[in-house]
Amino acid sequence: MPAPEQLRLVFRHIDEPGYSADLACYLRNGGYEVLRKSVKRRPEELVDEVKKSGLRGRGGAGFPCGVKWSLLDRRSGKPVYLIVNADESEPGTFKDRYIIHRDPHQLIEAIMITCFANRVERTFIYIRGEFPDGARILEKAIAEARAANFVGPDILGTGYGCEVYIHRGAGAYICGEETGLIESLEGKRPYPRIKPPYFPAVLGLYQCPTIVNNVETLCHVKHIADMGGDAYSRMGTPNNTGTRILCVSGQVRRPGYYEFEVGKLTMGQLLNEVCGGPLPGRTFKAVIPGGSSAKVLKFGERYKGRRKVGADMVEYDWGVEDIPMDFDSLAMVGSMGGSGGVIVMDDSASMVEALGNINAFYSHESCGQCTPCREGSLWMKRITARMVHGDARPGDGALLKSVADQIAGRTICAFGEACAWPTQSFVTKFGDEFKAYPQEKKGADSGAGPELV
Amino acid sequence: MNLSPETLQKIDGVIPHYPVKRSAALPLLHFVQEEQGYISNEAIEWIAAKLEIQPINVYELVTFYPMLRQKPIGRRHIRVCRTLSCALMGGYRTCAEFQRQFNTGLGEVSPDGEVTVEFVECLASCGTAPVVMIDDELHERVDAAKARALSQEIKAGAPAARAR
Amino acid sequence: MIQPAAKDLITVNIDGRDVAVPKGTNMIEAARRLGIDVPHYCYHSKLTVAGNCRMCLVEMGMPAVDPASKAPVIDPATGRQRINWIARPTIACATNALPGLHIRTTTPMVKDCREGVMEFLLINHPLDCPICDQAGECKLQEQSTGYGRGYSRYIEQKNVKPKRTLLGPRVMLDDERCILCSRCVRFCKEVAKDDVLGFTDRGSYSTLTCYPGRRLENNYSLNTVDICPVGALTSTDFRFKMRVWFLKQTNSIDAGSSVGANTVAWSREGVVYRITPRQNDGVNDTWMADSGRILYKAVRAPGRLDSVRVNGAESALEFAVREAAAILARGGVAVVGSARSSVEEQFLTKKLCGALGASASLVSRVEKGDGLLVSADRNPNVRGALVTGLVAGLPSARLDSLGAQIDSGQVTAVVSIGEDLAAAGLSAAQLARIAIVYLGTHANETSAAARVVIPTLTVFEKSGTFVNQQFRIQRFARAVPGVSGASDDLLVLAGLTAAVGGPRLRADVESLWAQIAAEVPTLGPVSYGSIPDTGLLLDGRPWAGLPFAEGPSLHFDPVAPAPKEAARP
Repeated sequence: MPAPEQLRLVFRHIDEPGYSADLACYLRNGGYEVLRKSVKRRPEELVDEVKKSGLRGRGGAGFPCGVKWSLLDRRSGKPVYLIVNADESEPGTFKDRYIIHRDPHQLIEAIMITCFANRVERTFIYIRGEFPDGARILEKAIAEARAANFVGPDILGTGYGCEVYIHRGAGAYICGEETGLIESLEGKRPYPRIKPPYFPAVLGLYQCPTIVNNVETLCHVKHIADMGGDAYSRMGTPNNTGTRILCVSGQVRRPGYYEFEVGKLTMGQLLNEVCGGPLPGRTFKAVIPGGSSAKVLKFGERYKGRRKVGADMVEYDWGVEDIPMDFDSLAMVGSMGGSGGVIVMDDSASMVEALGNINAFYSHESCGQCTPCREGSLWMKRITARMVHGDARPGDGALLKSVADQIAGRTICAFGEACAWPTQSFVTKFGDEFKAYPQEKKGADSGAGPELV
Repeated sequence: MNLSPETLQKIDGVIPHYPVKRSAALPLLHFVQEEQGYISNEAIEWIAAKLEIQPINVYELVTFYPMLRQKPIGRRHIRVCRTLSCALMGGYRTCAEFQRQFNTGLGEVSPDGEVTVEFVECLASCGTAPVVMIDDELHERVDAAKARALSQEIKAGAPAARAR
Repeated sequence: MIQPAAKDLITVNIDGRDVAVPKGTNMIEAARRLGIDVPHYCYHSKLTVAGNCRMCLVEMGMPAVDPASKAPVIDPATGRQRINWIARPTIACATNALPGLHIRTTTPMVKDCREGVMEFLLINHPLDCPICDQAGECKLQEQSTGYGRGYSRYIEQKNVKPKRTLLGPRVMLDDERCILCSRCVRFCKEVAKDDVLGFTDRGSYSTLTCYPGRRLENNYSLNTVDICPVGALTSTDFRFKMRVWFLKQTNSIDAGSSVGANTVAWSREGVVYRITPRQNDGVNDTWMADSGRILYKAVRAPGRLDSVRVNGAESALEFAVREAAAILARGGVAVVGSARSSVEEQFLTKKLCGALGASASLVSRVEKGDGLLVSADRNPNVRGALVTGLVAGLPSARLDSLGAQIDSGQVTAVVSIGEDLAAAGLSAAQLARIAIVYLGTHANETSAAARVVIPTLTVFEKSGTFVNQQFRIQRFARAVPGVSGASDDLLVLAGLTAAVGGPRLRADVESLWAQIAAEVPTLGPVSYGSIPDTGLLLDGRPWAGLPFAEGPSLHFDPVAPAPKEAARP
């Protein structure tokens, strides 16, 4: 079955010739019309539209956006904050980069609609430190928007005011975790908070009710406000509505970003048709479907079960290629849609070394606050590093898995899972490769593959 | 602390963005590092006083965030992405090439003072791997050949080269 | 089925047993009430909850209710309400009691969690317990015995971190032993209000440190050593002096101010090695000042009086008492009692005054309070002197009126109970004009000028009570025997009273208390044995109008009304 056409909603203008980041260009393309329309409505209506849309967060967890908003504690009387999570840092994910750099006003318009809907008067865009240009582009865009009264004390003459500020990170993956981000924004070490009691919707930034939304998620809000929640929810598939941006990287012919209706194309269509298949002379071996913390999928394995289609339960028997690229299907096969970062590995890549690379990432990024993640992530890194550079042992795979099992589910934040899932899935699915690695290494230099550790 | 009027202006401009002064710690650290090249203990104490917090509160941040540094670096800062997608596409070779070009180890100032080459984690441009940031500028699909070309550009821009 | 709890209490269930606790009690404390140990490192009852060590992971569940009808869902197998157990383990320290909350602390999952955390904590730990000063009181040691696997699977290199860093004059840090629980950091921030400690770097390389150029030298720094669950923070005074398992623990009271922090004196073979705080939630929580920890050094300080002397010559106690009585029999006697004496000693001092027909004065020691556990009044027992009636008002720092009486010839002999009259303002000339009977622990100008010197005991060598700023009477006990040559204060005071023609009085604390209770109205309802380890609040209202020196401090507000639970006749 041929792959469907891309449906570019958020990325409509990203590669358009002549499209630029300045306000004039945005306005020529109908910019801020949705904001104009939205501020004439009641805020609750907008929240309802987002609820009806079924929009799920695009940052990683896939939590329903409208539900997140409705959890805000409004009884406290404290100010409500919106924090825009622009800390895009899950390896394999590079969608927000293009929104920020090439279409910043889309984001600012989306932010202002969201703020209006939630009666937010001060919002921060937490942008990763590695996007210095992005920060400058956003600063300029905010200044332009303020001059045009889209941001500021009296937006479009409504009397409603809201300020947007940029806050730059400085190289820490953990700041993508919403409570770590909040701590960072408060000027502290970004140690994620314990939940309970520190749910952002109740005790967030400065102990006030706070929404933290991903950049792409917010951009979808703009389109929902434009077309209405019902119309939006008709895109994609039930419970996996709208479009989402898939970022493909690694060993594939045409890596890049692609926006599709959620669940309307399969992994096989994405990799083979949209991305042109494996590199010359190679075959696909494994793919991580939702950012590097998502559990790896192995080409050749089968996923079987029953799933709901409409009102019926139907059997499914999928290979990796058959998996629809939506939240629920990827969860059914034991992985996740996560942040939409698809990382492809072909038969030249050693799974031991790929895991070694991932483990190095997570041990470097562990904040060090809680014991299992702090000690376990470094231990796993040291095992895989030793396997690659020193003395690999046949029992290392089992040891790795056991260490990972001692982390997942026992930490303050989801980083515990993020650092354990790769090890758990790599070792489980490529156990033979881990067992054979000590012998293989002693033999001829595997040579062909890229250096990863 | 000897900060330029422009930096001081930026500092005084950013603090009111936050209802709590301490929040301005990261922005202030960025501004100071942009001007001075690194964060000295004097800067830590100055920022702490400015934000009415203790020096340890600032020191904890400086040592946590990899982008903040306590020592000067080379004239140009080469950051090669180390993470999976870039590594799969040859990021390690790219990094080795930069090191060879400038005869330097990772995280060190090269002997000629020109560059500091660093391996950094994911730069969020995995689709154009391998990627490298030179100062604030992102360079995409930097294979070993492109690394050599970029190194030549850097060398050509060196004060010594310009003097010749 | 969980039974309804008493008023203001709610019932939770731990390992199948119900326990009634105040709402919001955290589950570590709730379990403690049932004698169930939930192991933990970072949790400390007097600090904010950090939740970082993950040692207290337990299984948690809530009674099931039908979502529609809200009716309890009954498990047909047991006939009881079904419990919905959460699949993930939860930290007990951040879980507060809710009606019907269930936790399980003994399941295979909990056991596995603890084993995992123990293994993680040990992989980068030096494991050199035989040469570690914390051995014997190390939570890591205890809990790895109780909850660990007993073997290691770790064959990689361990982290290397700074060893033997002096954080301040009294605290030494070994970063390799640190488990990053953040108790010390939280203590400095939250209790001592001296934010100098923090973590640098990140992940497993995180390192506890003091800001370069700053020192952990506040007067509470040693509390970080007490709460450090491992051997990372040690006391420069105590480390490597003695293994803790050889030490005997005796309840004592910090005599450094009228706060009366509860303490433990750690001793072996007649030698005190250290003082640590003892928990009293109404006085000092679990803290004490560093300044109170060195007071034990007075026991063996140079200048300690160790022989009875009459006119400079060594003598027997009985002879000295007779000599003193002879001096005092000539009349013109004044008694300088002490607000550092125990209640019992003050009671006997009053008896001595009565027998002599003399009035007593005290010497005050007022400095600046720190608002925490060192109050402005550096005497531990001014209120004891009020309660016993030794004095009726607050003392002053100088004995000026006594000086005038000496000058006028009205006073020709002075009994001083440990007070240096010179330090209290009397001149050398004035001292030379009078005959002094000195009972005290250390040599000073007064003992040098005294006709009779009788060495007595420090607070660590005797038992008794002090009444602190809250009018809380608190007991201290003898930790070590008195030094050779020193006599029990009570014995000396009773002997002297009898020798000057006063009543014969019992000189042991227990028997003396029967008389104290009979004669001192405020202490009427009290007997020595019935005073709890955390003390007993007395009715201080008779003295409410006095201008006491203390300002507010931990658990004390001078303007607050007297606590309701005060003992009343």
